[in-house]
Amino acid sequence: MGEWETVIGLEIHAELNTKTKIYCGCKNEFGAAPNTNVCPVCMGLPGALPVMNRKVTEYAVKMGHALNCVINPVSSQARKNYFYPDLPKAYQISQGEFPICGKGHLDILVDGKVRRIGINRIHTEEDAGKLIHDGAYSGSLVDLNRCGVPLIEIVTEPDLRSSHEAWIFLTMIKSILRYIDISDCKMQEGSIRCDVNVSVRKSGQPLGTRCEMKNINSFSGAVRAIEFEADRQIRLLENGCTVVQETRRWDDMNGKSTVMRTKENAQDYRYFPEPDMGATVLEERYIAEIGAQVPELPNKKQIRYVNEYGMSETDAYTLVLDCDKSAFFDACCAVGICTPKEAAKWVIGDISRYTNDTGISVIDTKLTPQSLAELVKYVENNTVSVSGAKKVFDILISEGGVTAEIIRKLGVEQNSDADFIEKLVGKIIQTNEKSVADYRNGKDKALGFLVGQAMKMSQGRANPALVREAVQRRLAE
Amino acid sequence: MLLRQWAAVSVYQKLWSADMRLCEKNAAELSAMLREKKCSAAEILADAKQKISETEPAVNAFITVDENAENAAESVDKAIADGAALSPLAGIPVAVKDNISTKGLLTTCGSHMLDNYVPPYDAEVITRLRNAGAVILGKTNMDEFAMGSASDTSVYGAVRNPINSAFSAGGSSGGSAAAVRSCEAVLALGSDTGGSVRQPAAFCGIVGFKPTYGTVSRYGLVAFASSLEQIGSMGRTVEDAAMLHSVISGYDSKDAVSAKNYCFENLCGTADMNGIRVGIPVELLGENISDDVKNAVNSADELMERHGARISRISIPTLKYAVNSYYIISSAEASSNLARFDGVRFGHRAENCRTLAEMYEKSRSEGFGAEVRRRIMLGTFVLSEGAFDEYYKRAVLAAKSLSFGLSEVMNDCDVLLMPVYPTASLRLDEKVSPVQRYAADLCTVPANLSGMPAVSLPYGKNADGMPLAVQLMGAKFSDSRLLAIASAFEKIAGGEI
Repeated sequence: MGEWETVIGLEIHAELNTKTKIYCGCKNEFGAAPNTNVCPVCMGLPGALPVMNRKVTEYAVKMGHALNCVINPVSSQARKNYFYPDLPKAYQISQGEFPICGKGHLDILVDGKVRRIGINRIHTEEDAGKLIHDGAYSGSLVDLNRCGVPLIEIVTEPDLRSSHEAWIFLTMIKSILRYIDISDCKMQEGSIRCDVNVSVRKSGQPLGTRCEMKNINSFSGAVRAIEFEADRQIRLLENGCTVVQETRRWDDMNGKSTVMRTKENAQDYRYFPEPDMGATVLEERYIAEIGAQVPELPNKKQIRYVNEYGMSETDAYTLVLDCDKSAFFDACCAVGICTPKEAAKWVIGDISRYTNDTGISVIDTKLTPQSLAELVKYVENNTVSVSGAKKVFDILISEGGVTAEIIRKLGVEQNSDADFIEKLVGKIIQTNEKSVADYRNGKDKALGFLVGQAMKMSQGRANPALVREAVQRRLAE
Repeated sequence: MLLRQWAAVSVYQKLWSADMRLCEKNAAELSAMLREKKCSAAEILADAKQKISETEPAVNAFITVDENAENAAESVDKAIADGAALSPLAGIPVAVKDNISTKGLLTTCGSHMLDNYVPPYDAEVITRLRNAGAVILGKTNMDEFAMGSASDTSVYGAVRNPINSAFSAGGSSGGSAAAVRSCEAVLALGSDTGGSVRQPAAFCGIVGFKPTYGTVSRYGLVAFASSLEQIGSMGRTVEDAAMLHSVISGYDSKDAVSAKNYCFENLCGTADMNGIRVGIPVELLGENISDDVKNAVNSADELMERHGARISRISIPTLKYAVNSYYIISSAEASSNLARFDGVRFGHRAENCRTLAEMYEKSRSEGFGAEVRRRIMLGTFVLSEGAFDEYYKRAVLAAKSLSFGLSEVMNDCDVLLMPVYPTASLRLDEKVSPVQRYAADLCTVPANLSGMPAVSLPYGKNADGMPLAVQLMGAKFSDSRLLAIASAFEKIAGGEI
């Protein structure tokens, strides 16, 4: 019979970080006093008309390039009609038949394999306002500041096969949005949201009936929603029931979803071409110019780090997600004096710890790619021990300076002088007769103790590799 | 001091031409008089307001008269005193249809839904009028949300024809047409979605011009059918309508479908009929057109020919789809455009509702009249899943083929000559079914479906003494030329009206 396979498609909404809204000149900002960033257009006053913000088009085209989409030279807007108090026109201007970006794909690395996830389309649309249900009032309050905040919706093909893949895909998309700087991606402000479509089947079988899950507020919520839904569907099918096509509301608090509406009472949005706006026509040259602005993206970077630098998939993933960190890392490698894999350890470990603690991005610290590359080099050629290097690093990142000078100032150079090592080890062998005897009686552990004692006596400055070698030699005598 | 001197001058002027009141003069004449300091803007306004108070009880053309209009007139007089450069419309009283947003002035669309709605902003055309020094008199009565052709669906009562109050002023811009006819206003703005400027102009015996789609900004016009409507100019002469159009037209970045390179030149008086190629679509002279109207078109045909025009009868078979396409497309757009009147933010909200759905349903049922509800339901249906392809898509295709057919014939014609409406003005108490009313829009909707400019010109009277009219239609963006030809026709028809 074979194993159950989960089939997932995503609809990701990302708010764009343009200065102004999508169809009017109001400020696009989060957190202003209610109903202050509004005008006749975004309030949907009678007679007001929308005009496309060209930046929104540009950003959507950029994302289209990033996801290898066909960029449509002619696209148009459409109205999606429904009543809700946060939607003052009672229709949302979106795109229907002719979205700005068509089919594309994103390659992601999952468990050592490159998986190509199809993109169905990307379109632009306006966000709605916010309802505030405040106990102090008998009704609900409406804040229209968010009306007309520009969104792109990225729709994938049903190509994802597990919640883990969905997680990697979502985090990659978020990272890409940051790389091309078109969205602030602040989850807590709702600037990225996603709906999830899930169906299950036995491998090799045609696609099963899907259910759409709405009201997902985080990527981890998406993972939980997918797992819950796949489980629910599998259980239904194994008990001889069928899956009914429906839209379900995810309740993250209780970890379960409930029916919102079934196919029979699905809303008819009565999409039709937006008569207030003409078609968006893009010249080939413009499309190419925007494409040229797209940098190397995290998914490609990750594959390159694994293939060229021999980094682990996880390390590479962690490194590429943060646009600033990976740029810093690339600059560090470009200095050309250290091994990338070694430099990566610093970026993933110590730099991340520092940036997480302080909330400062690596590019805003005193650390430069040059100074880190030098530090890594000194560790690699045994000039500085790892523990010494950490002290140097702390100063470089918080105060800055020249690596070699700080090493000198702290006196953390490693001593590799043969005479010095011989004398040091001689002293240790003499003063630790019991451990020497233990070792010779087969207790290998004693070797580490002796090396440790020597390092301690040298106050950490002796080259640990040479010390170890010397101890081994003396014990073998 | 200066103002008082003018007053003295214009008292003299009035004695000199005592037969005609200021408000009865054309915009072009008044504009010249202001320049020559033969009268002041304040006097023109005072006379217009006097006329309004005399006329309104019988005509009901206005919903709101602006009590602050005097301020605009005063500043024009000041500008004249300062010797500042004046726009031709400076000091001219203009009435505005009540679906065009005016800052601080009630804008009801003739609907209970909006009977308390005061826009916080001016429509672009209003901004342009104010900048030109025009004096906005007030807001005119209309069919509710511009849906109708007799101005009798207004919640403020029907507009009555100034020529005979038993008759309709037409619609939906009936208030604007009646105000101009009765000389309450010198000029008026209307909106024309399917003939709503041209048909009331015909019923009231004035000139009504619907320009090429995209030449006048729709920003601030309360939308009924976005892809079809334009703000039109109404006056007692072609020249007056052209003066108004020249001020309100031109590119506006706030209307995304505004034409970028449109520039209107007022060529009135420069053309004659000699050599003008006139096409007469035979489909618009069928049995559904009354003899009165047919005779008017045929007589205009002969008159033009006598003055050197080259007349040809032409056929545009796709005209038979015009009315159906129009009602499907306009209702579809209306159902979406009017969805924002939901009682949440502005307009009428029903009381004592327990749920959101109930608030929507009751507010909209109470706020909208029967005709508006009918069109919203029709439009909602044609856009719904299952009906969309059968109705909306086919209507759009039919409209496209009609536009194509019309633009083809315009290769061989300078203008098309046709009726405006199958009949002259109808009695207000005449019972007409909605379908009959819709069908009667046959001659006006082609200009809206194709975006072409068209003008309604008064031409004679029928046995009831009600005005007759003919319509001239031009190729897209030929507005200057169309009005020049209309003005030439007006000149030769002068004796026959």
